[in-house]
Amino acid sequence: MAMRPQYRTALFLLPAGVWFFAMLVLPLVVVFVFSFGERGPAGGYVPAFTFDNFLNLGARWTAFKNTLTLAPIGTLACLLIAYPLAYFLALRASPKLRTMLLILVIVPFWTSILIRSYAWIFLLGGRGIPALLALVGLEDLRLINTPFAVLVGIVYGYLPLMVFPIYVSLERLDKRLLEASADLGAPPLRTFLTVTLPLSMPGVATGCMLVFILLMGEFLIPAMLGGGKVFFVGNALVDLFLQSRNWAYGSAVAMALVLIMLVTVTAYMRATRRWAGGRDEVSLM
Amino acid sequence: MKSEPSLHQAPIAELRNASKHFGDVIAADALNLTIKRGEFLSFLGPSGCGKTTALRMLAGFEAPTKGDVLLDGNAVNDLPAHRRPVNMVFQHYALFPHLTVAENIGYGLRQRRPRMPTSEIATAVERALDTVRLPGYGPRRIWEMSGGQQQRVALARAIVNEPKLLLLDEPLAALDKKLRRDMQIELQTLQRSLGITFVLVTHDQEEALSMSDRICILRGGRIVQVGSPRDLYDRPKNRYVADFVGKSNFFAGTVQQASKDGCSLTVDGGHVISGQSTQDLSRGQKCSASLRPEQIRLTRKPDGGVSYPVQIVTRIFLGEHTEYLVRHADLGDFLVLVPRQAEATEGGFEPGDAAIATWANGSALILADD
Ligand SMILES: Nc1ncnc2c1ncn2[C@@H]1O[C@H](COP(=O)(O)OP(=O)(O)OP(=O)(O)O)[C@@H](O)[C@H]1O
Ligand SMILES: [Mg+2]
Repeated sequence: MAMRPQYRTALFLLPAGVWFFAMLVLPLVVVFVFSFGERGPAGGYVPAFTFDNFLNLGARWTAFKNTLTLAPIGTLACLLIAYPLAYFLALRASPKLRTMLLILVIVPFWTSILIRSYAWIFLLGGRGIPALLALVGLEDLRLINTPFAVLVGIVYGYLPLMVFPIYVSLERLDKRLLEASADLGAPPLRTFLTVTLPLSMPGVATGCMLVFILLMGEFLIPAMLGGGKVFFVGNALVDLFLQSRNWAYGSAVAMALVLIMLVTVTAYMRATRRWAGGRDEVSLM
Repeated sequence: MKSEPSLHQAPIAELRNASKHFGDVIAADALNLTIKRGEFLSFLGPSGCGKTTALRMLAGFEAPTKGDVLLDGNAVNDLPAHRRPVNMVFQHYALFPHLTVAENIGYGLRQRRPRMPTSEIATAVERALDTVRLPGYGPRRIWEMSGGQQQRVALARAIVNEPKLLLLDEPLAALDKKLRRDMQIELQTLQRSLGITFVLVTHDQEEALSMSDRICILRGGRIVQVGSPRDLYDRPKNRYVADFVGKSNFFAGTVQQASKDGCSLTVDGGHVISGQSTQDLSRGQKCSASLRPEQIRLTRKPDGGVSYPVQIVTRIFLGEHTEYLVRHADLGDFLVLVPRQAEATEGGFEPGDAAIATWANGSALILADD
């Protein structure tokens, strides 16, 4: 059966296209339309055309503020912890140790995030770490239900997502470049700053992007470790759609979140592309 | 200008019993070598014989497992690479992909403390680019350069620093013949004008012969022989060296008689080949007689010396010379190089022709097999 190449390509792309349309474009359109509507008397959605939902976004300011501070801080914290670890794994560890440590980084993924968060609730709760600290005289220290607890949960949950892209870019780094740099007279720290770090930027950018985007939509960790005190936009959405059933307002909040993400991610991509010297090496894996 | 190494000056570099083991692999086995100030030394040997390893010990990337590496008379076994006044041109270039050509070349100069003025760096980089025939390529990205161009950038990146000792690991391997020849001349000129000591690794014997003051022949991690190209060509220590330096015909046999004035070898078919030996040989020892293709003449009629009737197998026209592969009933196949002039008087030979191969009695080299 002869088929023109363009049709064949189209056929191959069809499943992805359908999926993309049905699961992404369509819902977005629905949310977009809903965001201009009104809450029905018993909840849900009533068609209308009003900007009230958007004008009212300030009512959820805390959720936005928490998300927009803890997502970048969480990303940064992940990066600061992940980079040295990835560096050690890729450039310093013996092959045997490397395999073992890589497995240790993955192992938490084998358990559900829910169960792991419960573990942290216990650890950070009154009878966990605070109890231990009380023994050495640091009494009355609250950890659970604070931004710090949420941050701990974030770093714990998202660290592997940051470690792997950085590890891969460092592992792929041609080690002879490090020798060349030393040969040309650069001491180790300068070699790191002028060769290793710039060449691992694609991994750093990928890891940051991945963690940041996922963090912007996070709701489980704040719900469990923030205990309703530290909540994200994600929690606000859960609340608006499932509890107070104000779909129209919820849609407006969701649209605002999508918009913020689009803007930050685009700006970020622009910036990283400039670092990478105009090459399109920065990608989402 | 090239200075004669004087006695009071310590040699620029020295390997003393330097060995490098990688687990069970002995990449360098008790190397003893003195590198003279200002000389052009080549490491020559087949793949895997330890050339790169020897270079890496000098550069500071490998610490010798045993023995010492000396620079300027001081043991530097523990001196890290970035503190050694040595630069290396890497076998696979190792150019920085995130930097431009000019930034790559200026990298070493930018590491200098106290800092070198940016304008001086730029001038030096321009000059280096001219030297390697890449003027105006400075702003280019590395991946926009061809393999040969990258190799020249790697060269420029090293020479711009004017190191005391420049190590070159097969720096011309990716170039075409013409450009390679040009760069060889360029390298030699550069070496003379800068007075830098060059250590070149190559497995191209022609390159080693044409460029070096001395050649160090390696085999399986050991030094077989060190000497000037002429030394190695005329007085190879053994069959391995003779085989590696230039073309040679070998006739295996047993020593029949050996003395100071010469020795003779009985080869297949009871023929006796006599010649000189560079080593002490004893009667009955298994040896080879080596004859360079240009030592043998081809004629139609016997004409003095030892002569063997042969049949022409193949003919390869090389311009100034013609190379014939000839076959003798007992001695087997061997090569004869006939100069154009001789061909003019004798007339050319065609495959299948009968001819007489002749060489001067006693002109062979009798070499131990190892
Ligand atoms: N890091 C290493 N680990 C283990 N073995 C090595 C290492 N480096 C070199 N070797 C071994 O040491 C021997 C010499 O290697 P070397 O690279 O010095 O060869 P070479 O003469 O430069 O060869 P080539 O002409 O192919 O570049 C080889 O057998 C090689 O396999
Ligand atoms: Mg090598």
